[in-house]
Amino acid sequence: MRLIKKAANGLWLLSLVAVLTACGGNNENEAGSLNEGKDTISISGSTSVGPLAEKLAFNYEENQDVNIEINQIGSSAGITNAISGVSEIGMSSRDLKPEEKESGLDETVIAYDGIVVVVHPSNKVDNLTTEQVKQIFTGKITNWKQLGGDDKEIVVVSREDGSGSRDAFQEIVGYTSGELVKSSIIASGNGNIKTTVATNEHAIGFISFEYIDESISTVKINGVEATAENVLRQKYSLSRPFLFVYKKDHLTDAGQQFIDYILSPEGQAIVSETGAISLH
Amino acid sequence: MRRFKDNLLRGLLWFSALLTVAILVVIVGYIFFKGFRLISLDFIFGDYSPTGGGGIWPMIITTIYTIVISLLIATPIGILAAVYLQEYAKQGRLVKMIRFATESLTGIPSIIYGLFGAVFFVATLKLGMSIIAASLTLTIIVLPVIIRTTEEALKTVPHQYREGSLALGATKLQTLYKVILPSAMPGILSGIILSIGRIVGESAAIFLTAGTVAAMPESIFSSARTLTVHSYLVTQEAGDIELAAAIGIVLIVIILVLNLLATFISKKLNKADY
Amino acid sequence: MASLPIENQTTNNRKSNKKKYFLENVSSKVFLFCALLSVFSLLLIIGFVFYKGSHPFIAEGYSFIDFIFGTDWVPSEDQFGIFPMIVASVYATIGALIIGVPVGLFTAIFLSELAPKSMAKIISPAVQLLAGIPSVLYGVFGLAIIVPFLQNNLGLAKGQSLLAVILVLAIMMLPTIVTVAETAIRAVPKTYREGSLALGASEIGTIFKVVVPAAKSGIMAAIVLGLGRAIGETMAVILVAGNSLIIPTSLTDSMRPLTTNIALEMGYAFGTHQEMLFATGIVLFSFILLLNFVLAKISSRGGN
Repeated sequence: MRLIKKAANGLWLLSLVAVLTACGGNNENEAGSLNEGKDTISISGSTSVGPLAEKLAFNYEENQDVNIEINQIGSSAGITNAISGVSEIGMSSRDLKPEEKESGLDETVIAYDGIVVVVHPSNKVDNLTTEQVKQIFTGKITNWKQLGGDDKEIVVVSREDGSGSRDAFQEIVGYTSGELVKSSIIASGNGNIKTTVATNEHAIGFISFEYIDESISTVKINGVEATAENVLRQKYSLSRPFLFVYKKDHLTDAGQQFIDYILSPEGQAIVSETGAISLH
Repeated sequence: MRRFKDNLLRGLLWFSALLTVAILVVIVGYIFFKGFRLISLDFIFGDYSPTGGGGIWPMIITTIYTIVISLLIATPIGILAAVYLQEYAKQGRLVKMIRFATESLTGIPSIIYGLFGAVFFVATLKLGMSIIAASLTLTIIVLPVIIRTTEEALKTVPHQYREGSLALGATKLQTLYKVILPSAMPGILSGIILSIGRIVGESAAIFLTAGTVAAMPESIFSSARTLTVHSYLVTQEAGDIELAAAIGIVLIVIILVLNLLATFISKKLNKADY
Repeated sequence: MASLPIENQTTNNRKSNKKKYFLENVSSKVFLFCALLSVFSLLLIIGFVFYKGSHPFIAEGYSFIDFIFGTDWVPSEDQFGIFPMIVASVYATIGALIIGVPVGLFTAIFLSELAPKSMAKIISPAVQLLAGIPSVLYGVFGLAIIVPFLQNNLGLAKGQSLLAVILVLAIMMLPTIVTVAETAIRAVPKTYREGSLALGASEIGTIFKVVVPAAKSGIMAAIVLGLGRAIGETMAVILVAGNSLIIPTSLTDSMRPLTTNIALEMGYAFGTHQEMLFATGIVLFSFILLLNFVLAKISSRGGN
């Protein structure tokens, strides 16, 4: 009996505490923001830029007294956040659209990145022309046999509409979202494309250079190998910039210093380390 | 004929139960098999490192924060709401409306809660992408679960208990707090366990309200990443099923411990009851 | 007490009664308030989603009919048709129900009625544990095991398919259905069973003709909760659905349910595209409200 009483009492106490907590929530909020001692730089945007930005922030925070929050929510959302001021800096893996530029955004290129067409390691096809890539992704070529491979149906894997990587890829290859073959698998991240292709002999997809590993094999475009060198020599056409976008009046000193750090030789060394292409 | 039908049904019952158990064993087995190599003290208590090889301590802390805060709000409200529905309300339009609302809340996809939370808590109430915004969103998500299970638990309390207590001169409130709630406690606890499961398992709603910052949260007003969001992101972005499975092991162990704890508590209460 | 003068005793009683009534009154108001909070939350969420989602049709001149029956979804080219996703959602949910509900209910019946006590004592908590496993892990499991299995054994070009989604959803709704239904069935008074058995009914007959109907409302709750989990699931589905924008015509087609559409594109969407995702949410909502309405009707008829 005593136990029941204790439990019941506990329950009532809990309700009381909870109601008080719920009501007190807003006041605590103000106190919380007052207590912040460190500068916080909020960054959001592209999932392709994200891993690189996290590594840069990790190294930067070791020596600086700042707190960098990075949210990987996609290029377009990051750009929108930078415009609205929700985030100080937006990350984009595609060029800004005219209407985005008009809203007063500044951009800094922090690195370049290549997009590589990937297939299953067992696939014999290792070179495609831009035209062939276009025909595959628009559903005009549907069997690997047509490209000198095995008699297997082609399974196209693409990113979602609005992804920075997809926008850049489509623009360079020369087809539109409306033309993309409808039965294509839509994967919501670079890693998702990679695992899909790595586990399917029929598949073809495209990923950022940072994600290349031995689980997939890369395809040459017009006979050119997908390497950082070839991107810099402008031989390899599937490349795009990694951008930090911000409004000048939203950018704090801490934010500016972080950008300066990324552009410094030390920052650019980290860029190369992660598989992206440094500016130098 | 009747015996044949009975045996067929009996066989189906056995088969279904075995199937359910087999699925449990296969899933948990696979996750353990795939992820156990990564499990170590450094993995659990280590700070996250974007360069690889780091731990998941910040995500564990974030997960605990979200569980505690949302349950602290949802449990009392949910229990009291269920008490109203079962013990106080006269059957009528109001009760129908409340029931309809609770059931509808259950069916709303978590992604819509996420959208709502992202604009209401994050933007309108200016909480920002934060643990508190995610917790408040989660509160609404688990509220119907707690109401529903508490109601079911209250239904199981025999009528004689209430009548006996009232006949002895206790008020309705005293009856509730000294007789009904204690005997409904095991059922209520199972509702809370389901809720913890839902909170720990939630990804879509948290993803949009707490953000994805992979660092130790400085306060409940910081943006952070729960364990589940982390395992989603490593699967999606890095395609790292081994790491996702390792996080899965941690999640399963957390759930297991909570379950054992709850069973233990409800057993204690049950003993005290008889 | 007995030594007190009679008058004094009555005033004392009156005072404490007043206090009691006051407490009773206040507490019942507090309980009502808590119960109304869920109504308030629902209204807030509905109002919000409808406001956002109806904007393109009211203010921007998009046709709602084209939205529902259009077969092309190309946000970057201003085409918003969700018919393929509606079909995909309906198929996936029905498929998951066909597998998940019978297996779940039968397991619940087994655990509460047939299973030896020692067995139920192990299995019931284990199933509860299964309910706590984050859905993302089901997705990881589906992607790592179910998808390759379908691909290799059915000779498909891709394992991401309607069938994979159905299997993952069915597995995921199982524990919820089992746990809630088991509680409901256990709550059926012993006298029911004894009465039926005494009248000469068999054990199995008693279970299906007396116990299960008596636990109907709880079982309905179990199904609603399980269904809620299946419909609400997005992240696990993203991993195994393939997310293709076609109307599925067979179990092996890859497809994109409504929830997945929202989750997949919300991060990137802004402007009209974002509002159209809210509109997708409205459609989802309407399905769920309709479903709840139907289930409420069924269970109230059962009650009579």
